[in-house]
Amino acid sequence: MTLVAMDSATNAVPSRPSRRGAKPRWEGGIASYLFVAGYTVLLAAFGIFPTGYALYLAFTNDRGQFVGFNQFSKVAGDYRFLPAFENIAVYLALWLVMLVVMTVLTAVALRSWVRPGLSSLLRFLYYLPGALAGVASVLVWLFMLDPSVSPAGPLLRAIGQDSFAATLNPSHLPVILFLIAFWTGAGGWIVVMYGALNNISEDVLEAARMDGAGRWKTAWHIQIPMIRKWITYMSILAFAAGTQLFVEPQLLQTASLGRVSPTWSPNQLAYVYAFQQGDFNGAAAISIFLLVLGLVCAGVLVARSDLFKLEEQ
Amino acid sequence: MKPLRSPNHNARARTASAIAVAMCTAVALAGCASAAKSTSPAGASSAFKPAKQDTSAKTTVWTDSTRLPQVQQYQKEHPEAKLNIVTYDGGADGSTYLQSKIQLFDRTGNGWPDVVFGSPTDVTWASQPTNPSAVPFAAPLDDNLVPKTTLDNFAKGSLSPCQYNGHTYCVRNDIAQVVLWYNKTLLDKWGYQVPSTWPEYQTLGEKIAKEHPGYLVGAVGDTNSQESYFWSSQCPAFQLTDPTTLRVNLQDPHCTRAASLLDSLISAKAVSTQGFFSQGFTKGSAGKVAMAYGPSWYGQYLFNAAFKVPAGQITAAPPLTWPGDSSPATGNVGGGLWMVSSHSSNLKAATDLVTWLTTSDSNQGSAPTYPAYVPAAKTWLANPTNSKYFATDISPAFEQAANEVWTGWSNTKFSDATAWSSIVLPGLTAGKSLTSLLPSWQKAISDEAKANGYTVTNQ
Repeated sequence: MTLVAMDSATNAVPSRPSRRGAKPRWEGGIASYLFVAGYTVLLAAFGIFPTGYALYLAFTNDRGQFVGFNQFSKVAGDYRFLPAFENIAVYLALWLVMLVVMTVLTAVALRSWVRPGLSSLLRFLYYLPGALAGVASVLVWLFMLDPSVSPAGPLLRAIGQDSFAATLNPSHLPVILFLIAFWTGAGGWIVVMYGALNNISEDVLEAARMDGAGRWKTAWHIQIPMIRKWITYMSILAFAAGTQLFVEPQLLQTASLGRVSPTWSPNQLAYVYAFQQGDFNGAAAISIFLLVLGLVCAGVLVARSDLFKLEEQ
Repeated sequence: MKPLRSPNHNARARTASAIAVAMCTAVALAGCASAAKSTSPAGASSAFKPAKQDTSAKTTVWTDSTRLPQVQQYQKEHPEAKLNIVTYDGGADGSTYLQSKIQLFDRTGNGWPDVVFGSPTDVTWASQPTNPSAVPFAAPLDDNLVPKTTLDNFAKGSLSPCQYNGHTYCVRNDIAQVVLWYNKTLLDKWGYQVPSTWPEYQTLGEKIAKEHPGYLVGAVGDTNSQESYFWSSQCPAFQLTDPTTLRVNLQDPHCTRAASLLDSLISAKAVSTQGFFSQGFTKGSAGKVAMAYGPSWYGQYLFNAAFKVPAGQITAAPPLTWPGDSSPATGNVGGGLWMVSSHSSNLKAATDLVTWLTTSDSNQGSAPTYPAYVPAAKTWLANPTNSKYFATDISPAFEQAANEVWTGWSNTKFSDATAWSSIVLPGLTAGKSLTSLLPSWQKAISDEAKANGYTVTNQ
């Protein structure tokens, strides 16, 4: 059953994970090398080389001497380090749980419970905010969060937020950043999940109906398990993007005239290390912390979900 | 359907763990050097070596938008000067754009602008190398570039943010001495006397709040409000006792007196916890500001441009005094400065430009802000465009305040706005009192100072 789902799913959804089997078949010849060459060059120049340079910086000091793990213990002992990771943890918990629950439920509803015409209109509407670039979407939210100009001003005042400064209270930030991320990001994922659901064969759903499964049972026992790999894939990307949060809190910091801490997220702390304290080595150490965190999370999810496992016939 | 682990996989895992063990051993064996950032060697500034000079080289100027017309004016009066003018935020509201860029130019070894407009905070890092192999960005202007007689004519203490290790690294464009702004029309109508001491200010504030609800005598919610109130009160919040030791003691009576005075005015609703410059303030309360304790540029920029109060109503009184203080003191809110790059290949043209910008009557006489250069300040005050907006002559208040700026509030490598804005202001918005926020403010300043390499004393 899994076989059917994955095979058809991999055929239809564009950004699919690469196939990696136990016995790869070399059918592509020189063309296949040419196809990956462009990406490989860019990956080396803008991905692998900077990572290597960051590793070098993280294990040395500004005189080029090897310092072992001292940079890591130095930044971990910084008074801003733990708060930044705490902020990110609260934000990620909100963002990942809501993203998975809401996008999957919405996609299932759009696929099976809503008339096709309405479904495509809704998909378009959900996707729209995602078409705004990151910075532009924060600017929209700057207006949304200011009760004196926001179209949702009465709502904000009703929950006791009568000025922009009050809305931006530090304890509200994880929720605000979650709202921004969800508003811009969820629509795209709903479309992807919808695509994944589309690839579940009608025969399977028909069989479920024949066996007496209702909407909820079909969703819970058939549809969601069959798009499990897509959910994992989304979680990995959303986790990586979430730990690297920078633009949103940085813009809120500027727009609120400094009421938001300039080191709210770990990435902002790294930025302050590099560009205000001139400590590129410390900044590199923070970035390695983020890299390891992202790799560990992705590793666990990939191993638990068999994301890259391709079943051969 | 759990996959079976292939023998191949296990072999790879073994190799990986062997590498990890080897790395750990290597780290343990190597005598690890310190991760601390190198500190700049003292006295490095004495060896200023100019780059190879080329008198026909183009001069790149980075200016904020407020001073852009002045640079353009220089170009008009000096058509032979080859300028490349770039606008940036000029360090407003604690922005660190200039510092970020110079850090990068120091790493790449080129790209520096020749002349920059900056804030006093900028000089603290620009006068020192950003890394062991870098040269301090700012050129020592007293080193055969600007004559001593010119430097001596700047207002008392106005060049102290520029000075480090016996050299002067910038020339001050303007000063922003704090004075008492008030709406003369309103106070006359209500029959009130202009206060001259802080207790009088408090009494009048409470009276106005009671008799004319909605009217304000101040606001503390701006990124720089601490400079108006706590600096004026001579609070040791940012006091360098030597170049690397910072005294931060907010339990000092000079701090607590300002905090409790403001707390009582805030609870009487005479002082707003919003900022004059925050979104929404202009809409609701702009016409209801009876008094404001703030810098010399409040007149044009706050009352005239932002609040649009008609001409002939607003004027300034000399700084308020605390009973029992031996010498009068006031604060300072900003005031820009010009620096010349030590990497400039045309130091002569760059120095000419900054000298003209800061000292010439033709520029400073009609400058938007109060000149730091004393002869130019006289011309500025005599210029009718600078005074016609006000109800009475502002010269006595401005000149007195310019000489009373307290020098115990030092420039540090980090902005004094960060801790105030991100710790104190959200607390005030949430309804806490200033007095109760002083310990967390002190901790935030101390932490930030330590992270920037200062030794901190809270005594």
